[in-house]
Amino acid sequence: MAIAESGETTVTRRTAAAKKPIRLFRNLWSKIALTPMILTAVVVFMGGTIWTIVYSFTNSGLLPRLNWVGLDQYERLWSTAKWIVSIKNLAIYGVFSLTFTLVIGFVLAALLDRKIRFEDTFRTIFLYPFALSFIVTGLVWQWILNPEFGIQGIVRGWGWESFTFNPLNDPEIVMFGLLIAGLWQGTGLIMCIMLAGLRGIDEDIWKAARVDGIGVVKTYVQIIIPMMRPVFVTAVVLITSGIIKLYDLVVAQTAGGPGIASEVPAKYVMTTMFGGQNLGQGFAASTMMLLSVVIILIPWALLEFGGRKRG
Amino acid sequence: MANIDALNATGAATASVAPRLSDGPRGPKPKSALSPRNIMLYGTLLIVSIYYLLPLYVMIVTSLKDMAEIRMGNVFSPPVDVTFQPWVKAWAEACTGVNCDGLSRGFWNSVRILIPSVLLSMTIALISGYTLSKWKFKGSEVFFTILLVGAFIPYQVMLYPIVIGLREVGGFMTDIYQGTCGLFTAAEGACRGRVQLFGSLSGLVIVHTIFGLPINVLLFRNYFASIPDELFKAARVDGAGFWGILIRIILPMSLPIIVVSGIIQVTGIWNDFLFGVVYTRAESYPMTVQLNNIVNSVQGIKEYNVNMAATLLTGLVPLVVYFFSGKLFVRGIAAGAVKG
Repeated sequence: MAIAESGETTVTRRTAAAKKPIRLFRNLWSKIALTPMILTAVVVFMGGTIWTIVYSFTNSGLLPRLNWVGLDQYERLWSTAKWIVSIKNLAIYGVFSLTFTLVIGFVLAALLDRKIRFEDTFRTIFLYPFALSFIVTGLVWQWILNPEFGIQGIVRGWGWESFTFNPLNDPEIVMFGLLIAGLWQGTGLIMCIMLAGLRGIDEDIWKAARVDGIGVVKTYVQIIIPMMRPVFVTAVVLITSGIIKLYDLVVAQTAGGPGIASEVPAKYVMTTMFGGQNLGQGFAASTMMLLSVVIILIPWALLEFGGRKRG
Repeated sequence: MANIDALNATGAATASVAPRLSDGPRGPKPKSALSPRNIMLYGTLLIVSIYYLLPLYVMIVTSLKDMAEIRMGNVFSPPVDVTFQPWVKAWAEACTGVNCDGLSRGFWNSVRILIPSVLLSMTIALISGYTLSKWKFKGSEVFFTILLVGAFIPYQVMLYPIVIGLREVGGFMTDIYQGTCGLFTAAEGACRGRVQLFGSLSGLVIVHTIFGLPINVLLFRNYFASIPDELFKAARVDGAGFWGILIRIILPMSLPIIVVSGIIQVTGIWNDFLFGVVYTRAESYPMTVQLNNIVNSVQGIKEYNVNMAATLLTGLVPLVVYFFSGKLFVRGIAAGAVKG
């Protein structure tokens, strides 16, 4: 670092600092300037997380109290039907959301990469939902999936009276109603990331594949996709952390209904923490959410950063 | 520090997404305009486009019909008699609980949250990014790593500690205010005021600033790192200090990154629901929270046209930002990809 003095030189020159106060003063400014960020990182992010984990082992109700109850909150959590339903829902939504987002995102990016006209227009169309909030997304799709006036009503109006497509009121498929909306909002982002990845691939690869007589689809599957591994890893991490956060969309589109059929963990945390005066449960549930992020992120971090450290 | 370098590499890779997108299309050249391949290609794209455009179309047509017409037709039928009454009602008359002054209240709340949040978070992020790239000190990178890791923690984990933090800091500031205020004024009862952070707009501004930091600091830090050190050496030789270099050299050069960061912050804060619902009270709810309360209220008959007008109104701000910023938005979200 050419400009700022390193810490060691500051220490060795501390005696000289009396003579040259300006030098120490300048370093001081950089520390003062970074204070808000340091407080955020250490106090809010680290401190807050540790606080929640610690209090998840207490029987806090309306107010946080340090009455240790060991793993009681976790045992109660895993014997609560609503939490189990939440986890199952998230698993269903997660598997389908991850698969479809990756496939649709990649296919759209590949289509846009085929030297087409109006590329900018198509990209603008695919990406604009990402600018909208989950609340707006959820409310629009709630209206489109309305059984009376929406898709079901239209098809019945054509004369197919027995046609049934009412995902938001059917506990069996309500998560797919959410999925339609979630995919609409989120696939544009992944398409953009994939497109950037495709543009980063050398044109010569395509030429070589053509010379060898390999078809377009085969080239994508066998050559391009393996080359885009880092892009896919980034996309997977992005989609997964988005899935775990799933909350606003559910609140807007189904409010967890019908019954508890579309509850998700993030909503469970909010209800117990701010609605049920049951803080300990909320802390335990949010710690489980954190744990799932850690389980996903650690292999990714090892893959991405551990490998490079050795290399 | 290998971790930091790797994270940087991720940032740098995503930052270069936008220029790559503008390189233009690749792949073999199409042979004729109406080949089966082209029909397939454009046909697929058009069908997919319909799926993406449909909700926007539905919002617009529904918001322009009256309720009688909605009951007659379906969500896709275009309006016969165009009426702007639902828009007026959504803006000025729609009810949430006891308040019947429409979405305008939420809109202005959101504006009052948005402006200070964006300014504060961008200022802190810019200064932090500048310090982290050009005035490193021992340990500064460690704090930065903690900040970035923190970006992946689910918000639910930190919600309650922040509630307590806001209450405590508010109480502490009240003590200071009430203690020192007597020194400046002798009027009876002049010092009864309290500093309210939890449940007020200022508390929400602080929360948005905190959660906007990771991505924005990363953005500014990587941008400033690409500015050559020679420039700083020259400025140092000329006698400029920490703030002198920041104001005279860094600021004039950082307009593009300020715009990108601004786009991330404006759309992110406007679209927020979670923090709004946790950290404010009913009278100061932001627009998204109020919108959800209007549309999903259980009482009264559902006025779908008013609901859709309200939904469209709420989505208008980020949509305008999106359509006017174009490629910069892409660059912003590509950088925001790290936010997770």
